[in-house]
Amino acid sequence: MKIHEYQAKAILARHGVPVPKGEVAFTPAEAGDIAQRLGGGTVVVKAQIHAGGRGKGGGVKLARSPDEAETIARAMIGMRLVTHQTGPEGRIVSRVLVEAGLQMTRELYLGLVIDRAAARPVMMASPDGGVDIEAVAAKTPDRIFKEHINPATGLVPFQARKLAFALGLEGSQIPQASKLMTAVYEAFRHTDASMVEINPLVVTASGDLLALDAKMNFDDSALGRHPDLRELRDLGEEDPLEIEASKFSLNYIRLDGSIGCMVNGAGLAMATMDIIKLAGGEPANFLDVGGGANAEQIRNAFKILMSDKNVHAVLINIFGGILRCDVLAQGVIAAVKELDVRVPIVIRMEGTNVAEGKRLLADSGLNFTTADSMGEAARRVVELSQTKK
Amino acid sequence: MAILLDKSTRLIVQGLTGREGAFHAAQAAAYGTNVVGGVTPGKGGTKHEQWPVFNTVADAVRETGANATVIFVPPGFAADAIMEAADSNLGLIVCVTEGIPTLDMMRVLTFLQGRSSRLIGPNCPGLISPGKGKAGIIPGHICLEGRIGIVSKSGTLTYEAIHQLTGLGIGQSSCVGIGGDPLIGTSFIDVLMLFAQDAETDAVVMIGEIGGTAEEEAAAYIRKSFRKPVVGFIAGQTAPPGRRMGHAGAIIAGGQGTASDKMAALTAAGVTVVRSPDEIGKAVAARL
Repeated sequence: MKIHEYQAKAILARHGVPVPKGEVAFTPAEAGDIAQRLGGGTVVVKAQIHAGGRGKGGGVKLARSPDEAETIARAMIGMRLVTHQTGPEGRIVSRVLVEAGLQMTRELYLGLVIDRAAARPVMMASPDGGVDIEAVAAKTPDRIFKEHINPATGLVPFQARKLAFALGLEGSQIPQASKLMTAVYEAFRHTDASMVEINPLVVTASGDLLALDAKMNFDDSALGRHPDLRELRDLGEEDPLEIEASKFSLNYIRLDGSIGCMVNGAGLAMATMDIIKLAGGEPANFLDVGGGANAEQIRNAFKILMSDKNVHAVLINIFGGILRCDVLAQGVIAAVKELDVRVPIVIRMEGTNVAEGKRLLADSGLNFTTADSMGEAARRVVELSQTKK
Repeated sequence: MAILLDKSTRLIVQGLTGREGAFHAAQAAAYGTNVVGGVTPGKGGTKHEQWPVFNTVADAVRETGANATVIFVPPGFAADAIMEAADSNLGLIVCVTEGIPTLDMMRVLTFLQGRSSRLIGPNCPGLISPGKGKAGIIPGHICLEGRIGIVSKSGTLTYEAIHQLTGLGIGQSSCVGIGGDPLIGTSFIDVLMLFAQDAETDAVVMIGEIGGTAEEEAAAYIRKSFRKPVVGFIAGQTAPPGRRMGHAGAIIAGGQGTASDKMAALTAAGVTVVRSPDEIGKAVAARL
């Protein structure tokens, strides 16, 4: 799960990470008020979306007065902000962060993720902040310093010092950095984060450290034990169909092709998307109905798929171990009838009673095609999607 | 000989009295696995079907001589179940559960260090040695006894590979689902090393997914040390970056973990990488 910059800063601040003074505004008037409360001087107005590259896209602007802050916020709130991370459709901005402007002398990078190979959190720091860290990793990997964290000890102070000295920090910045890095790890651990990124971590004109930007992602599997984090979810940043699908515990990701897929199992669902593409088609979605390919889930899945107007054909690929294919076929027939699905449907199913299942589909009078292999299913559905008027 | 699970396996089921545990315990027993009991805290002293139920893994091991366990316990309790099993020194722990928080698994892996248990999973279908036994949910009726080993991050995609091989009359020695989570107990390399030593395995099918670098690490191992033929397929060639594709570990993050990188690394290591999931069986036939 992703959250906004202002929410990440609030969480980090609670754990002891220094962040700029600022507040979120949902209306231009609020933006002006906040600017006033911050002293009436220069503030930065930052569009809040779940994507980076906001500065280049026009989503970060300086305001020299509360009036200017209000004017900028009026233009920004409701704008469609396009950045290199949002895709061409961009995101509608619903809120802005208004922060006190400040002078900085250095921009650094600090991040924390799980290193899967080591099965440990790894803290990464670089003196090259304020830029795309992937570019730094690609061109100058020696300028990214790493410390793996032992869960039994947490981040040991000497580790933080190693990173701080590697960043070229000096004097009182060293214990500041130590405290900040420890706070970042504690926030990560307490919230079951999957990523914390402070880019840039700045050195201010007075020589202090501050998180000028902050990103936090959370482990979806752990959200059950963090009701406060669940409240931070911004449904406006998510695809409406994906939100709908999640209510039925369907794993659904919308893409932009024309062939809807319904599969049981994530690996098989990805492989089904792959084979559709190889057959010359474009998948409209990823959809894993999971272990419960029962009548109710089939119906819910069809509802979601058919809500996507781009879908011109559907491929169902269900491989059940003990799944009875005649029962599956009945579920599919019922759903298609109830929802009045008009597009061609190709079904490939494996389990028990396969022949009986195919017979039921053939006798239903509905627009079903059955296939015996994934390859055949993909070829047939691509053909059928192209012959539709 | 098969790997990990055979006729000498004595299997308990943690979560035996729950719906999933009960169903799959019966399936495993029907397949010929020696299921010896189950664990559900609070139901010790009772019986479920023909099996004794115990309050703790320690009790179960002491009374039944179990040497393996399969865990069908909900995600909020599964990490604890794994650690309890490891504490009793069970040689094989198979955890099917999906949705265990990543930091819980990090703690589990730390707990397992230095102990004698091998963990398969979590978020996996388990393993099957056709004709000998199974621990998990892989259906027995799609398998054929034979000499091809399978190691896979996926569930039903593994069944697809098994189905293709069986259809060609090419049987399997052992099929191991290592799971789709970012932190797992047994890696591709771990299983490949077991297949390398297994006199009953002639070739291996390796099924990977986007996310992480496990396939690239396996490619380096294969290149250096693995001499049996390998056929590989990587799911997620069409996956968009930054999205979690069902499995918690199936995510292209920071430019890393793409299917194309994995396919290139495996190809460079001498693996026959098929682009279509439909071609797995045929590619194995061609390599034999």
